[in-house]
Formats: sequence, structure tokens, C-alpha cells
Amino acid sequence: MKMKDRSLLVNVWRRIVLAVVSLYLLLPLIAMLDFSTKVGRHMRGLYAWRAIVHQPDLISAILTSLELAIIVVGLVLFVVVPTVVWVHLRLPRLRRPLELICLLPLAIPGIVLVVGVADIYRWISIHITESPLTLAAVYAMLVLPYTYRSLSAALNAVDVHTLAEASRTLGASTYRMLFGVVVPTIRSGVMSGAVISIALVLGEFTISSLLNYKTMQVQIVLLGQSDASIAVAVSLASLIFVFLLLVIIPTTTSRAIEVLDTDE
Amino acid sequence: MNQTVQESETGSALRGAGLRYLRGKTAYFGVIPFTILIFLFLLWPTYSVVVGAFKNSEGALTLSIIKSALADPAHISAFKHTLQVSAVTAIIGAVMGALFAWAIATSKQDGFIRRITLSASGVLAQFGGVMLTFAFLATFGFNGLITTVFAKSFPHSFLARPDWLYGIVGLCVVYSFFQIPLMFLVFLPTIDNLRPEWREASNSLGGSTLEYWRRVGIPVLTPSFLGAALLLFANSFSAYATAASLISQGSIITPLEISSALSSETGAVNPALAKVLSLAMIMVVVIVMTLYSLLRRRVSKWER
Repeated sequence: MKMKDRSLLVNVWRRIVLAVVSLYLLLPLIAMLDFSTKVGRHMRGLYAWRAIVHQPDLISAILTSLELAIIVVGLVLFVVVPTVVWVHLRLPRLRRPLELICLLPLAIPGIVLVVGVADIYRWISIHITESPLTLAAVYAMLVLPYTYRSLSAALNAVDVHTLAEASRTLGASTYRMLFGVVVPTIRSGVMSGAVISIALVLGEFTISSLLNYKTMQVQIVLLGQSDASIAVAVSLASLIFVFLLLVIIPTTTSRAIEVLDTDE
Repeated sequence: MNQTVQESETGSALRGAGLRYLRGKTAYFGVIPFTILIFLFLLWPTYSVVVGAFKNSEGALTLSIIKSALADPAHISAFKHTLQVSAVTAIIGAVMGALFAWAIATSKQDGFIRRITLSASGVLAQFGGVMLTFAFLATFGFNGLITTVFAKSFPHSFLARPDWLYGIVGLCVVYSFFQIPLMFLVFLPTIDNLRPEWREASNSLGGSTLEYWRRVGIPVLTPSFLGAALLLFANSFSAYATAASLISQGSIITPLEISSALSSETGAVNPALAKVLSLAMIMVVVIVMTLYSLLRRRVSKWER
């Protein structure tokens, strides 16, 4: 009898915790929906949501951010992934230094990194191009800890050495061995690395705003100064978009947790 | 005859070794593109911040900028505020997030709720920034949902006037909003790893629920909990986007000071000061992350 009472008590506590935390996390989201559908004092309408498409600056900033996300994923796939795999297979001596370098961005806040890269970007905008797409390089650094963790987790889970040896024995070229055999095997790690990269790039504000590039977040803040309800609508839309991205692509979030352990 | 065979064997062995040596070296070419990228956009910037803190505008080594920064009470109080906000939100986030993780892990639901919660937490913890500012403006700002309700029913309560949102208190409330989900993400695997056998062992030895938690659960979870709290501390210490989009006037925390030292909008561009403040931030984060990885090492003993 006593046991039953206790488990009832625990259940009540569990409900209370779930209710309080969910309320705290859901309330601002509900408020966003409420705020963005308010028209004037007492009316309701989708004015703010319809107005999103009539903001040319915002649309072009969104496109810039999406292009950046694609380029960063490209850098991750064609530079970071091959390097991590290559070091894992052929240069075991570099494994520890590589890990340290990949985790370094965790110790360097974005606001500090921007202080360091400001000079380089000033040089780039004077001598090469003013395109905001150059941000992809520094973004690739920001996502490094996350992509590295999901890649190394995936690499440790399978015996890539044997696979690489086998493909070598069967006469595969180095390129074929990397992209035809090893990368498909660690697909889930590559995939979750890519998804985290997309989410981080679309949400990035610190670096782009201080280097004066118009990305999505920078434009949302600007828009917020003139029309708050449109800014709230866009914010809610982008939260939902990234949420769907994470829900649709499986194992993403469970991988996202692993990235936060800094030692193996 | 025998000799020649031997010689040719050693010869080919030598050649083989030479080739292997060469192949071993060419393997290093594979990391060149990555190294260039890392050097230009990560290592060099970090180096320039750290060394730049010790250089004056002529490029000579000096401690004068650090000294003058330490002498300015505005920098010291901003730094204190940053530490305060980080500590408060790390504690709130760690406690609430851990309770939430426990509630989700132990409730007998199918994987669906769990997966939705994980994805939602991923969004709130890692995507946040500017969007969170607008979420809280829509809730507690002028014309916000809660503000309008309270302005009608309790016009004298502090929730009816949104001034608090744009200060330290507001920062703590908004930061907690991404700290709780982050704690949930980090701590859920730990709770999942609590072996049911331990509970059974405790029960069969006559231990009550309270005793189980006091003698097994809490001691086992503590290093992991503290580690996660440190991670949250570093996370909110480094945060900039939310504060920058929420607070338009005054640099009440160090990241905002760095941005105003860096951008010309305020008139006085002071890259050297930005580097000194950045160095101070790096030092705090490095200390916190080192403690974190030491704690993790203790955790991994039983978690794996």
C-alpha cells in the first residue's frame, strides 16, 4: 500500500515538472503566434504573415543565408569530412591535434572570433569581394566542434580500417575509397553534422552583424525596428522550419548530444 | 649466387621501406586544404586576439591597455554582470533542465513525445539567438501577451510594465529559455544511463526511494550534473545575439562592450580594447571548459 502511495506522489511530481517546464517553454511561442496575428487593438488577421513575402530585403537576406548554409555544408562534406576520415585512417598521429583544433571554437565565443577575423574580412572585402558568401569560411569554423563530434562518433562505431583496406585490395582509388566506401558508411554522422551546420548558419547573428553583412538574422533585427509583428512572424516561421528539419532527419538530436562531450 | 639473391632481397626491402616512407609523407598532403582554412579563419584570428591584447596602436608590446581596461569600473562591472547572468542562468537551467530530463526519461511514453521534445530542445538550445528576443518581446514586451493581460488585471504588478525585460533580470529570464533545453539535451543520456539494476539492488537491500536517491542516484549523477552546469555557464557567458537584439542601449555585459568597441556606430572604435576584453572572455571559457572536461573524465568511468 505504502509503495503505491509513493509512486503516486512521484507521478504527481513528474506531472508538475512537465507542466511547469512545458509552460515556460511554450508560452513565448504561443505569444509569438498571438502577437503576429494581432491587427490593431482588437482584430485578428494574417497581415504580418502575408507581409513577409513583400519584404525584398528580407527575402534576399533569407536567400543569402540559405546559400551560405549550402556552401558551409559543401565545405563540411568536401573539406572537413575527408580530412577527418583521412586522419583517422592514415595519420593517426594527427588525431589528437585534430580533435583539439576542432574543439577550439567551443572555447572561443563568436563575439571573440569576430574580433579576430575582422582584419581578414576587411582585407577580403577590399581586395577580393564584398559578397556575404565569404562568411562561409568562418561559419565552417563555428560548426567544426559539432561536425567533428558526430563524425568521430560515427567513425568509431564501424571498422573503417578494414573497409578501407578491402576497397584498396579490390583496386579502388583513394577518391573511390573515401567517397564510395567510407563516407557512405558513416552517412548518419555526416548527415547530422550537415543538419547542425544548417541550423547554426541560419541562426547566426553575431559575426554577420558585426562584419556588416546582411544575413537573415541581421535583417530580422532591422525589420523588428520598423515592424515588430512581421519580425515576430518571421522568427516563428524560422523556428518551425528548423524544428521540422530536426524532426524529419532521424538521429539528429541524439547525435547533437554526443557533440557536447569534449573527451572520449 | 646465394649472395646475389640476398642482396636483391635486401635491395627490394629497402626500396619498399623507402616507398612506404614516401607514401607516409604524401599522406600529409591530404590535410593541406583543411589546414589552410583552419589557419586563416581560426588559428590566426585567435592568435591575433591573444597577442593583440598586449599591443598598443603602434604594435609595440605593452601592458598599458590591459592596465587601463582594469582601471575602468565600467568594464569591471560589465564583466561582473556577465559572470552573474551566466551563474544564475546556469543554475536555473541546470536544475530545471535536469528535472525535466528526469520527468521525460521516467514517464512511460512512446518514443514520439521524446523525439519531439528532443527536436524542440535542439531548436531552442542551438538555433535561438535573435528569435528568442522576439519570442520574449511578444510575451513580456510592450503589447506582449502577458503584459496586456497583467496591465488589465494587475496594473501595478511589475509584469504590467516591461522595463525589467531590457536589463539584467530580462537577460536571465531569456537566457534560461535556451539553457533549460540545452541542459535537457546534455543530461537526458545521463539519466538514461542510470541502471535499473541499481534501483533493484537498493530495493532488495531494503532501501527506500529516498535512500536510493540519497545514496546512489544523486552521488552518481553529481559529477555529470556539475559538468553540464559548467557547460551551461560557458554557453551563456559566450552568448551575444540575444543580448544584442534585446538591449539597444548601454553595454551592460562584456560581449556588448566588445561589440561597441568594435563597431564605429558609437564613434569610438577601439580594437585594442576589444582584444583585451576578448582575452578576458577566452580565459574564463578556457578555465570553465577545462574543469568541464576533467569532470567528464570522472563521468565516463561509469557511463560507458
